[in-house]
Amino acid sequence: MPTVSVKRDLLFRALGRTYTDEEFDELCFEFGLELDEITSEKEIISKEQGNEKAEGASDVVLYKIDVPANRYDLLCLEGLVRGLQVFKERIKAPVYKRVTPNGEIQKLIITEETARIRPYAVAAVLRNIKFTKDRYDSFIELQEKLHQNICRKRALVAIGTHDLDTLSGPFTYTAKRPSDIKFKPLNKTKEYTACELMNIYKTDNQLKHYLHIIENKPLFPVIYDSNGVVLSMPPIINGNHSKITVNTRNVFIECTGTDFTKAKIVLDVIVTMFSEYCENPFTVEAAEVVFPNGKSYTFPELAYRKEIVRADLINKKVGIRETPENIAKLLTRMHLKSEVIGDGNQIEIEIPPTRADVIHACDIVEDAAIAYGYNNIQMALPKTYTIANQFPLNKLTELLRYDMAAAGFTEALTFALCSQEDIADKLGLDISATKAVHISNPKTAEFQVARTTLLPGLLKTIAANRKMPLPLKLFEISDIVVKDSSRDVGARNYRHLCAVYYNKNPGFEIIHGLLDRIMQLLNVPPGEKKGGYVIKASEGAAFFPGRCAEILARGQSIGKLGVLHPDVITKFELTMPCSSLEINIEPFL
Amino acid sequence: MADGPVAEVLLRQLAAADGGLDSAELAAKLGVEHQAVVGAVKSLQALGEIIEAELRSTKRWELTAEGEEIAREGSHEARVFRSIPPEGLAQSELMRLPSGKVGFSKAMSNKWIRVDKSAADGPRVFRVVDSVEDEVQRRLQLVQGGQAEKLGEKERSELRKRKLLTEVTLKTYWVSKGSAFSTSISKQETELSPEMISSGSWRDRPFKPYNFLAHGVLPDSGHLHPLLKVRSELRQIFLEMGFTEMPTDNFIESSFWNFDALFQPQQHPARDQHDTFFLRDPAEALQLPMDYVHRVKRTHSQGGYGSQGYKYNWKLEEARKNLLRTHTTSASARALYRLAQKKPFTPAKYFSIDRVFRNETLDATHLAEFHQIEGVVADHGLTLGHLMGVLREFFTKLGITQLRFKPAYNPYTEPSMEVFSYHQGLRKWVEVGNSGIFRPEMLLPMGLPENVSVIAWGLSLERPTMINTASTTSGSWWATR
Repeated sequence: MPTVSVKRDLLFRALGRTYTDEEFDELCFEFGLELDEITSEKEIISKEQGNEKAEGASDVVLYKIDVPANRYDLLCLEGLVRGLQVFKERIKAPVYKRVTPNGEIQKLIITEETARIRPYAVAAVLRNIKFTKDRYDSFIELQEKLHQNICRKRALVAIGTHDLDTLSGPFTYTAKRPSDIKFKPLNKTKEYTACELMNIYKTDNQLKHYLHIIENKPLFPVIYDSNGVVLSMPPIINGNHSKITVNTRNVFIECTGTDFTKAKIVLDVIVTMFSEYCENPFTVEAAEVVFPNGKSYTFPELAYRKEIVRADLINKKVGIRETPENIAKLLTRMHLKSEVIGDGNQIEIEIPPTRADVIHACDIVEDAAIAYGYNNIQMALPKTYTIANQFPLNKLTELLRYDMAAAGFTEALTFALCSQEDIADKLGLDISATKAVHISNPKTAEFQVARTTLLPGLLKTIAANRKMPLPLKLFEISDIVVKDSSRDVGARNYRHLCAVYYNKNPGFEIIHGLLDRIMQLLNVPPGEKKGGYVIKASEGAAFFPGRCAEILARGQSIGKLGVLHPDVITKFELTMPCSSLEINIEPFL
Repeated sequence: MADGPVAEVLLRQLAAADGGLDSAELAAKLGVEHQAVVGAVKSLQALGEIIEAELRSTKRWELTAEGEEIAREGSHEARVFRSIPPEGLAQSELMRLPSGKVGFSKAMSNKWIRVDKSAADGPRVFRVVDSVEDEVQRRLQLVQGGQAEKLGEKERSELRKRKLLTEVTLKTYWVSKGSAFSTSISKQETELSPEMISSGSWRDRPFKPYNFLAHGVLPDSGHLHPLLKVRSELRQIFLEMGFTEMPTDNFIESSFWNFDALFQPQQHPARDQHDTFFLRDPAEALQLPMDYVHRVKRTHSQGGYGSQGYKYNWKLEEARKNLLRTHTTSASARALYRLAQKKPFTPAKYFSIDRVFRNETLDATHLAEFHQIEGVVADHGLTLGHLMGVLREFFTKLGITQLRFKPAYNPYTEPSMEVFSYHQGLRKWVEVGNSGIFRPEMLLPMGLPENVSVIAWGLSLERPTMINTASTTSGSWWATR
């Protein structure tokens, strides 16, 4: 969930009133936001870097507000204020307009070289804008928030904003060999080639995260103006030449990317949020983008879409009984201008370009419910009549768990993921013999594989509890995972029961006795006749030679029991003899 | 029966005493070792409330062996003085006397005697005064008589320096009558025995009282894991509410069932390598229900079922990628898909509680594995009000009664609501779960009828357990951590 940080006093001034922290928290909750933290720059720096560094930092109160991940229109102060003011019916939702300039329209021409790397671009102009320090900061911050969220760290979309008065169109969006791109990047005093820049930015804490997007491509995307000035090398850095400042009056915005839909949404969000400060508020100057196939499109789209939803559908989905007129009013408060039409039960809803999250009637239903107030909805119990059933494997597991504890064994809960070493080397096995499922991207060696046996987890549990009085008697009934090509995903779980006895003597007879008890509980009689169980001398890498037996029940091998091999005991950092039992319980279903 | 004559005497003395008596005084009175009296006190104490004994330590001045000798025979200097006849004594002879050396110099400095070095047969010692007062002897006799306090601090320390006096600490008991005081003592029985029952002797015997403040002996038993006990409790709650348990015994899931089927777009951050464990082997799902896959693909990339869709290039290879399920909602998706294949539609209530996996680095508040609880109701005409009603019943059974609901965003539910509960200890509203109505873009491609709504909620098992046990971390549940 993105967090937007706004100056409290600035926010209250824009809202036209002040709130106590509690009141504002309440308002956020109702609207689906969360007042996450009340802090200040000073406090943040002091928390992260210590009190000394915080000396002299601003102590203006900041509200950190959590915004739902799909509400790009609430990622800046301007949007938050607009959303809340409309919600509280203090203002009407503005109408965003795209206008064609009297003079020449700004053109961005895409060449076909971009096709293989970053094929889409959209653009627009904010004409006669008036920044202040706060507005400028918010403008930069919104781009950053969009980059981190909908733009997926610039992989899908990257935004460039430029002082149009320093440039001259038409602009060309092309792709060139890195060695052929040379310009003075943002906040640098000399020119570098793209190759040099990629090296320099490897140590830049912010930019290094974006290098991978184009690093290994033969051509890098780049935007030039008609004089060959570099506007930007997306998605890495803008040129210094067209850098915007607080005094910039005309802003050229370009968004390039690999996802056309998202590029258009991002452009719509930026211009709808900041056209507020233009001489003609909420009016955006169009730009023309010419695609390599020669077709040209005008942006921003600023499309208003209409949906018709029946009022009784909304009532039925939410569980309320409101008149169509009231529902239209509720929706209008959510920035969805609505009116009752047709037979008086239909509501026509206008979805503005700021609400790209509304893609289905269910999104409209939710907004009606939010405006109605979730906590005002009458609770009811569904009349759904059903008979409950347990999942048989879990039912069996539950029954066995209680009896294992009653037999004096204590239940452990261990991780299903572990290292290769845990399930192979430490048990005297080769990993290839385990049929284990391997994880491709673990952050640590603790999560290389899914366990194929419960034994390592229990032995690690004993190692962590060596201080407890002996004997230690543990068990776990849980799932292990192995590859299985008969399953749709190529792997399956098995429900295992594992028990260990750790003491000054191996206690094979105790583990054996536990097996007898389990079989008694499962109604499996001893003996080789059909349906019975026996144990037969066997061997296993984890067991002491001559002290291992295979367990055969109902005609199949279900596991092994025995005294653990001293090498296994040592590898799990244990010092006492230990016997163990591990069986698959699924044959007893 | 009796604890020796000393104990009996002690009790008789105590019966006659006014208030109590001192063990050391009693020892002196009886002419026995103090230790014998202490022994008697201890054995009487063990019998219960017969006597009360308070340990006192007192400091006393005592004479050293040399001090005793002086108190008896006089100081060395006095003895030297007395041994000198009027005609004097040869110094060499005087020095041979037992007190000679010490007494001579002390008597000289007291100016009681003088030495005539001019005598013909060597130096001779004469008395200077006619008689002397033996102050040292007098003081030591005072101490001996128990009147050490009559001496000044300076006088005592001078005598101590001369090793005639020493300070000793004496531990004594102040003994008084207990609540069950009696002069006739009999040993109390500790436990009832089979013999006492058969002989009936228990009727005449006193029994030693139990110490009810002591801890009992814990039974020798195994235990269930506390978190899994909560799991059992939650299973029970769902079963009581008529919910059927879904199979969740597949930790490995395809991206298709974990994400795509839930209408979670392929660029969603949860599908990032940073958040989800993907598999190297088996890397891809072998089979997918292709008919259904195509409907899902179309809904994502072009929309349909009343939806605009996400309008992006949906890729089958992305959907095939295997992973460790990030939520049990994948199991719910499979269950709902199975339900959708059954015609005609029958309403269903499902639940599951099982492990899910996130690609995290372990610490006190982050786990790579935890348990997710999920409840699902599928029926015609379910509303948000129904969802809230079911949640109220569910949380009430968990002992969580104060609920409120906050609008939220989940990729696969709309409307969505986070469930908050008021935490008395933290004095604030804390999130206890997440819920919503599954999106039509998820349900309709499965083949569920259009007028069927599916409400669902989820929470982690670790969370309510933390709230109810006031624990602040979830890591401590797991055994090896």
